[in-house]
Amino acid sequence: MSSHADDAPSGAAGTSPAGLTAGGLNPTLSAPVPYAGDAYDEFARQWAHSVQGTSYVPLPLADMQVYLRDLTRRLSSALGSEPFQPHEARSIGEALVAAHFTGTGTLERTFALIGAWWPVLRERAYAERHDPDAYLLRLIQIQGALAAGYAEALRTRTLHEQQSIHAAVLDARELTEQALHTSEARFRAVFEQSGLGIAIGDVDGVILDVNPALAQMFGFHTDDLTGRQVRDFMLADDPGHVWQWYEELVRGEREHFSAEKRYLRADGEPLWTHLTVSLVRDTAGHPEYQVAMIEDVTDRHRLYTRLRHQSQHDPLTGLPNRALFFDRLDAVFAAPGDADRVGLCYLDLDGFKVVNDSLGHDVGDQLLIAVARRLDAYVSRAGHLIARMGGDEFVVLVEHSAGTGQVVALAEGILGALREPFRIRGHDLAVTASIGIVERPVAGTGPADTMRAADITLYWAKSGGRGRWTVFDTERNDREVARYTLSAEMPAALHHGEFDVDYQPLVSLADGAVLGVEALVRWRHPRQGLIGPDRFIGLAEETGLIVPLGMYVLERACREARRWRDLGGPVPFVSVNLAERQCHEPGLVRQVRRVLAETGLEPERLQFELTESQIMATDGGPLERLRELAEMGVRIAIDDFGTGYSNLAYLRRLPVCELKIAGSFVEGLRGSGDADPDPVDARIVASLVDLAHALGLTVTAEGIETAAQAERLRDIGCDAGQGWYFSRPGPADRIATLLDGVPRVR
Amino acid sequence: MERPSWAPEEIDLSKPSVARVYDYYLGGSHNFEVDREMAAQAVAMWPELPRIMQENRAFMRRAVRHLLDDGITQFLDIGSGIPTVGSTHEVVRNAGSDAPVVYVDLDPVAVAHGRAILAGDPRAAMLGGDLRQPQDVLEAAAATGLVDLERPLGVLLVAVLHFVHDDEGPADIMATLHKHTAPGSRLVVSHASGDGRPDKAAEHQDLYRSRNAPMHMRGRAEIGALLSGFDLVDPGLVFLPEWRPEPGAEPVADAALFAGIAGVGIRT
Ligand SMILES: C[S@@+](CC[C@H](N)C(=O)[O-])C[C@H]1O[C@@H](n2cnc3c(N)ncnc32)[C@H](O)[C@@H]1O
Repeated sequence: MSSHADDAPSGAAGTSPAGLTAGGLNPTLSAPVPYAGDAYDEFARQWAHSVQGTSYVPLPLADMQVYLRDLTRRLSSALGSEPFQPHEARSIGEALVAAHFTGTGTLERTFALIGAWWPVLRERAYAERHDPDAYLLRLIQIQGALAAGYAEALRTRTLHEQQSIHAAVLDARELTEQALHTSEARFRAVFEQSGLGIAIGDVDGVILDVNPALAQMFGFHTDDLTGRQVRDFMLADDPGHVWQWYEELVRGEREHFSAEKRYLRADGEPLWTHLTVSLVRDTAGHPEYQVAMIEDVTDRHRLYTRLRHQSQHDPLTGLPNRALFFDRLDAVFAAPGDADRVGLCYLDLDGFKVVNDSLGHDVGDQLLIAVARRLDAYVSRAGHLIARMGGDEFVVLVEHSAGTGQVVALAEGILGALREPFRIRGHDLAVTASIGIVERPVAGTGPADTMRAADITLYWAKSGGRGRWTVFDTERNDREVARYTLSAEMPAALHHGEFDVDYQPLVSLADGAVLGVEALVRWRHPRQGLIGPDRFIGLAEETGLIVPLGMYVLERACREARRWRDLGGPVPFVSVNLAERQCHEPGLVRQVRRVLAETGLEPERLQFELTESQIMATDGGPLERLRELAEMGVRIAIDDFGTGYSNLAYLRRLPVCELKIAGSFVEGLRGSGDADPDPVDARIVASLVDLAHALGLTVTAEGIETAAQAERLRDIGCDAGQGWYFSRPGPADRIATLLDGVPRVR
Repeated sequence: MERPSWAPEEIDLSKPSVARVYDYYLGGSHNFEVDREMAAQAVAMWPELPRIMQENRAFMRRAVRHLLDDGITQFLDIGSGIPTVGSTHEVVRNAGSDAPVVYVDLDPVAVAHGRAILAGDPRAAMLGGDLRQPQDVLEAAAATGLVDLERPLGVLLVAVLHFVHDDEGPADIMATLHKHTAPGSRLVVSHASGDGRPDKAAEHQDLYRSRNAPMHMRGRAEIGALLSGFDLVDPGLVFLPEWRPEPGAEPVADAALFAGIAGVGIRT
């Protein structure tokens, strides 16, 4: 650390005399001081040590000692100069400052060191026979000169440095101002000439400045905008997060945000913008300004809106299209209110295809446009959405429906609106429509399900006749679904052997012998239990499954009938129903032949039952096939005779050998207790029997339930009977038993 | 509208400047009343401060000489302050070298002053710049054409790193300097540290903070961590007077009092 001036004497006292003596220093006042290396070195070393730390001297230690040693020599030389020239010492003071001994302690410590060396100097004075007092006086004068030189140099240096630092401040200021000016000018240029609207506001939302581009965008003068509140430009349809972000920004929690936002121009026109707001902080980091950059995207927005409109509207009629409709429908189900209901009217023009086909597409299109216009006028007035789904189908969405009544009323209104004919290209076109209505709570269903329901209901309405509405009926739908399910399950059921065959005898009314046995198919459904043919034969005919199913029943029945022959006694034929679809199969005869061959059943023991209407419609291929079968010896019977229209002349030419009278006529012959049988029915049956016999056909009456019926039929002359009175349909084994003990006609 | 805040700062002479206060400690007169007043306060609290600053400057001198001896021929002095007494280019020139020296400082007055001083030395330049944007600093330095970043460079961060707060990513700054300098470059670092005088450190930092020059003293380990990628030459990170003292200098008994830690590293 720093050495203090009063440390020096002890150091000096201890070392200096020895050093001077040893060095043989003989300074004289009358002659230039000769070189006296060691004493100078010692003084310089002590000097360096004592002034150390008074200021920074940028010299390595060794260099500094050399420097001070030189000053020591000059000091010594000044002291001994003849004539005495104390002002020489001024340059020593200057040299100290030049080496940056600028600390004020420098002089103090230097003089203290010289003082400490006084005893040595006094010795020298004695030795050189000088007057020590005069010598002391010289020393004081030299110190004065050194101090003066030092002070002068330091003053000069200080002034110079002060001047230079002031000059630096001025320079720096000028530079800063220039930079500021350039930056401000640059900013101004950007601000004034930018095509982008720029607004600057404080964090309280007061608009401080706007550029011309922005003013022009808004159709205001810049002065109209400055001073206003940013929040004045809030619009009800602003996306909520924009203002939330804005609040965060002015609070300093967000640096910037971008958003699409609409403004209103001075003329009230919408101004669509892409907006970017940035926060500007002061040097301490506190929010200070907000800068908004606003790009006018109105054109882009219009284009977008138009494209969007196009993508959501039907180009022909201008009505919303299915895309928009489904968007809205989805929205209804996306956020349902409590107890919210929804209604749909799914509408389709009756016979539109005819218009198109007969009058041309152009008229068809014009009609659609006119219909759309009328529908729109009527429906939109009620505040509902109407969309064209495609072709001649339209749909009305009733949001927040008040109930089925409201939607039905709407549908009736629509039908009413269409009642007035349309005049298109000189044609007066009367148009009716069918409407399927669905009206239900929103909760618990979805858009797809609701749409499907509307579609089905429209189908119901159409099949119910033209110009009417139908409301969706859950039970009906369930039934149809059940039917559909059943028909879908049938192929697998056939594959898994779920179909079974029951048998019911056809009994001779004359002697009670079993003449034949009708094979009746049943479905042992794994979940629904036993299902009768009335529930699935129709479905099988629709799907075509009747063909393999019929063949399956035929094979089973023939195999069974073959067994009866082995039982001995009179052998009944087996009667199998033949569906219309089966008659149309070209391979029918071949297959029947194969089955007979495989089972070993004689053709005479097989009978096919066809319904009256079926056989009357038979023509061409099917008729050929029946003929071929009949020629083989297979019996052909007409089932349910009397329920359809029979062309008797035609009947004659058919290869038929038996008529089965429908159970409905037999019903009339029942006459239980004291009630007499219906005389009309009795006469009809009698005529039928006569007719059959006249044609050479045998007659079997179906549905005999009582002995009285059997009696009467026998009296009429009917050949055979079938029904619960004789036997219910039952498994094959029952027939085998039956063939041993046939009930008698009572 | 008021001055946008992205425009440069105005020169505010009502606040002391670190560069000028430092000049005052060195015995210079490149300072104003506010600077001296602040220095006086600091010295009243901690009388050894001028000596510490002088030791710092002396360390810098020894380090630059060492770099010259080691064959470094170009220098970048970041946070140079006012390049007055004993500045880098002076040390270099006094050693008889014409190696280029580029100074960088944040203080616009120091920069202006530096420019005036260096007007006569075509191999030296003074730039305004911020150590906290090290890439910009290096680019600006290279743009003077005086230094070549492809060759070993002597980088001085003397008594400046402690003006970079931990939040300002000193490690990233050092990593950038490392990345953009050539292998064999040298890094000269001195850093205020409370290690030697924990009693004084807090007060001193408070004073600087109150004068808009927040200072963050760091411990030796922290400083060492900042120098990863630089191999320290002997004697490593030591107190200022202990770093390669000059031959013949009296050993400093109380080196720890010099509340600065110094070292020189070689970029690997
Ligand atoms: C104590 S002085 C050091 C001067 C010189 N390096 C020395 O040690 O002799 C610190 C200098 O760093 C400067 N400074 C502070 N922060 C800085 C930064 N982020 N970038 C550049 N210079 C900075 C100050 O302006 C000041 O001139």
